Amino acid sequence: MASESVVASGDRAMRSAPAARSSFLATAWLITRKDLVIEFRSREVVYTTLFFAVSCVLVFAFSFVKEGVAAQDAAAGILWIAIAFSGTLALGRAFERERQNDTLRALMLTPVDRPAVYIGKLAGVLALLAVVEAIVTPLVALMFGAPVLDHALLLAALLAAGTIGFAAVGTLFAAMLIRARSRDVLLPILLYPITIPVIIAGVRGTGVLFQADVDLPMARLWLSILVFFDLVFVTLALWTFEPAMKE
Amino acid sequence: MRKWHRSFSFFLLPFSLSLALTVFGATVCAQQPPQAPDGFVPADQLKPQEQLPAAPLVIAAYAVAWVAVFGYLWSIWNRLGRVERDLQDVSRRQAAGERR
Amino acid sequence: MKKRFAPLLILTAAAFAYAPLAIQRAPYESTMGLVQKIFYFHVPSWMAMFLAATVCGIASAIFLFAGRKSYDRIAVAGAELSVVFGLIGLITGPLWGRKAWGVWWQWDARLTSALVMWLIFVAYLLLRKYGGSGSEKLSAVLALFGMANVPFVYLSVNIWRTVHPKTSVVMTLEPDMGRPFLVCALAFVSLCALMLLTRVQLENRRAELDELFLALED
Repeated sequence: MASESVVASGDRAMRSAPAARSSFLATAWLITRKDLVIEFRSREVVYTTLFFAVSCVLVFAFSFVKEGVAAQDAAAGILWIAIAFSGTLALGRAFERERQNDTLRALMLTPVDRPAVYIGKLAGVLALLAVVEAIVTPLVALMFGAPVLDHALLLAALLAAGTIGFAAVGTLFAAMLIRARSRDVLLPILLYPITIPVIIAGVRGTGVLFQADVDLPMARLWLSILVFFDLVFVTLALWTFEPAMKE
Repeated sequence: MRKWHRSFSFFLLPFSLSLALTVFGATVCAQQPPQAPDGFVPADQLKPQEQLPAAPLVIAAYAVAWVAVFGYLWSIWNRLGRVERDLQDVSRRQAAGERR
Repeated sequence: MKKRFAPLLILTAAAFAYAPLAIQRAPYESTMGLVQKIFYFHVPSWMAMFLAATVCGIASAIFLFAGRKSYDRIAVAGAELSVVFGLIGLITGPLWGRKAWGVWWQWDARLTSALVMWLIFVAYLLLRKYGGSGSEKLSAVLALFGMANVPFVYLSVNIWRTVHPKTSVVMTLEPDMGRPFLVCALAFVSLCALMLLTRVQLENRRAELDELFLALED
């Protein structure tokens, strides 16, 4: 196929340049920057995802209200549900842009490491979700009286590790679903079974931190489980991104 | 198509035999009181009447396994039949096209 | 492939014909009594599920990295069988657990991870059915994630404190229980292999049909 020969010659050109390997991160950064700049100009995905996350938290909070007080134990679960749902939405919207102009195929045709494209897109999605979580977490703290500031660093680490695991799988599948039918409903169907362990670990770890008598070693254990999942998922994703995107 | 007929009836006979044996075995076991043989002593002292009857659960479990396996085999059988019919249809149309 | 079919069929039929007798003759377990006999179908069906999931994963990897289309058909067969055997395991388990633990379901590590793994393969089938063309590669990636779950599910019961029995139970079965278990395990594994061959045959015929359709249109 014509595109294959272009890609092959691009690969050959890349390999002949000695500085080629160091441009992996440069390529990734270029793609991330492109996404962030585009997003910053319109702010469409950030605003809509944020609003959706907040609505999620509200809806779930009201479901668990008893005598006018929201259930204390539900805080961690609701936070992570909001992250999972709004994350799925953000992934769909972010790749919808690529689909409309067929820019992802253009990216695939450029003579760069395909995993660099993956890392670039992943970093963009993570930046977006970081913004959303930065606003939703204090909201959850406010509504449930959850002690967010007590172990802020550990909480941030748990949120980061969980989001990386979720987004790593999500970016892979959202990219591959671009040309599929029923992609809107297929992304959650594919994403949730695989990321349920990540969500469970995140909820458990966060829940332990929100308790009255905090169990720090337990929270750190859940954090290490999350890191393990992250390593497995990112490795699998990097390994399969290129053959999966090849036409 | 006939080959499949033969292998499926070859399938069906021992399977239905085993199914019958299982149901029979389960019913026989259910009717006997669960007396433990020598060397195995029941640990709990609850009266048998106060416990959940085990027989329906066991029968249901084995029945589910059989139904699932046979149901799946039947669905493969159906789908294969449909594909074979389509294949014959298409090759007939192809032969007709070549004659022209 | 046809050559492997007949001996497998005989083996499977013989094992399943003998299994009920062996199970009926097996001794009762001391604490659980009659309901423990579900074990002889429950564990082998999960063994078959793991086998089918592994076959699906390996075939998907070969399809993804070597581009051999025939392995994609094996992957589809493996995924379908994972769902079937997983369903049997997921129903027989709670039926046993209702009596043994007093509850139908518990969200412990083994049950949750097993359910999640099963859902991954259900998602695989949904993707193949409704994803349109080009979903072969995506489903192959999904199958790899599914296969990665298999060791996790198996070891979950040893790593975490769960209500589910540990993996050491099967290894330390006494011979009167071990023999029927072996017969049933053999029966289910050979049944899985048999159904894999059959299902792949269906996929091959479908591929032939597609090729014929294309040839007809030309």
